[in-house]
Amino acid sequence: MISIIDYNAGNVYNVLKACQRVGVDAQLTADPEQIKNSSAVLFPGVGAFKDAMDTLADRGLVSVIQETVNQGTPFLGICLGMQMLFDSSTEFGNTKGLGLIPGRIEKIPDDNGQRIVPQAGWNENQLMNQQTVFKGIQNQYTYFTHSYYAVCNPQYIVSSVDYGLQIPAIVNRDNIYGFQFHPEKSGQVGLYLLKTFFEQVVAK
Amino acid sequence: MLAKRIIPCLDIANGRVKKGVNFVNLQDVGDPVEIAAVYEQQGADELVFLDITATNEHRKTMADVVEQVSQQVFMPLTVGGGISSLADMDRLLHAGADKVAINSAAIANPALITAGAKRFGSQAIVVAIDVKWDAPSKQFLVYTHGGTKNTGINALKWAQQAVANGAGELLVTSMDRDGTKQGFDTQLYTELGKLVTVPIIASGGAGKTADFITLFQNPSVTGALAASIFHYRELSIPDVKRSLQANGVVVRR
Repeated sequence: MISIIDYNAGNVYNVLKACQRVGVDAQLTADPEQIKNSSAVLFPGVGAFKDAMDTLADRGLVSVIQETVNQGTPFLGICLGMQMLFDSSTEFGNTKGLGLIPGRIEKIPDDNGQRIVPQAGWNENQLMNQQTVFKGIQNQYTYFTHSYYAVCNPQYIVSSVDYGLQIPAIVNRDNIYGFQFHPEKSGQVGLYLLKTFFEQVVAK
Repeated sequence: MLAKRIIPCLDIANGRVKKGVNFVNLQDVGDPVEIAAVYEQQGADELVFLDITATNEHRKTMADVVEQVSQQVFMPLTVGGGISSLADMDRLLHAGADKVAINSAAIANPALITAGAKRFGSQAIVVAIDVKWDAPSKQFLVYTHGGTKNTGINALKWAQQAVANGAGELLVTSMDRDGTKQGFDTQLYTELGKLVTVPIIASGGAGKTADFITLFQNPSVTGALAASIFHYRELSIPDVKRSLQANGVVVRR
């Protein structure tokens, strides 16, 4: 069973619809046992890092996610869900993340008004790791909407986009994956990426 | 690089696309789902749905439209028209919209922008501004209620306030250019771009491919919205994008 963590911080319904479109019967849940017993977990999120972490903590889901990941369950964070995989964020001071991928989340610098923040729109992926199942991402556009980005060791970056600075788009560490963009809003490319995750990461 | 966005706008009344859409092979010229799917195939980067009836009863119909479209079309959807409360926003975002555009209600109650941004994130809150040049006072003024009511408010100042309040994007329509097909109001967007750093979507005046090329020379403008020229196939999105690309503008192909 594939779970989509539903913690009232994100448009989980569109992720659910995209899963249905690629033939995957996923379920929205915040139940710890169901999450831990899933064959894979999707972790969407939009909004503010701190609010979302607080909500996870209130629902007792921080340790549930950490345990689920540590037992090897394929885990995919989307947008804010991807950012929360890292150690911390500078949003509203310094907020602790899930600590599953080394690195931190920082505000995209506007360079004194020279760069538009948020990044909102379609940007072209450059493949940074040839060994990934997501090789098809090379030169493909995906849809982003975010004001913060991941700063991490290149070893975790699968693809990145050029926004005047390099922004990690797909990150990966062992069974943990993160998409900074919205696959559920990235047309056929987004559906391909979800399908690839289900067929080549989950099925492995 | 971030691609410039081409955004068709569909007017919805009673759950149907209002202005006739003139595509070949459409089974039903008023079906929002079918039309959205055609635009996705053509390479539209986002879609905007404008509820032009916007009574309480019809708002529920609008949520149904969004729900149906979002099951078939996996691209960003913005919904506007008559949104005046967090409950309105919640219903549409829950149904599958990614962003809501607020216009008159934001002028009446600027705190609504902040409340929406806090609850749903700035990325979900688009402030739509209808703008007209006022020759006597030599300034751009904000109009509300579908462009019928002059607020007397300076549009550039209002745009700055909207961003300060938490707007994640601005959808700025030039009423002077709307429907004229004489090109976008580049002066308006140049002035606006100096004052705000959020993405600006320009609307009003698109008539030919060159208009988009001119518009996108402004780095602050990242999206262009148009309705009838796409609906009536006076221009096709693939042609516009080919032309933009040939002129050095980054687009998604």
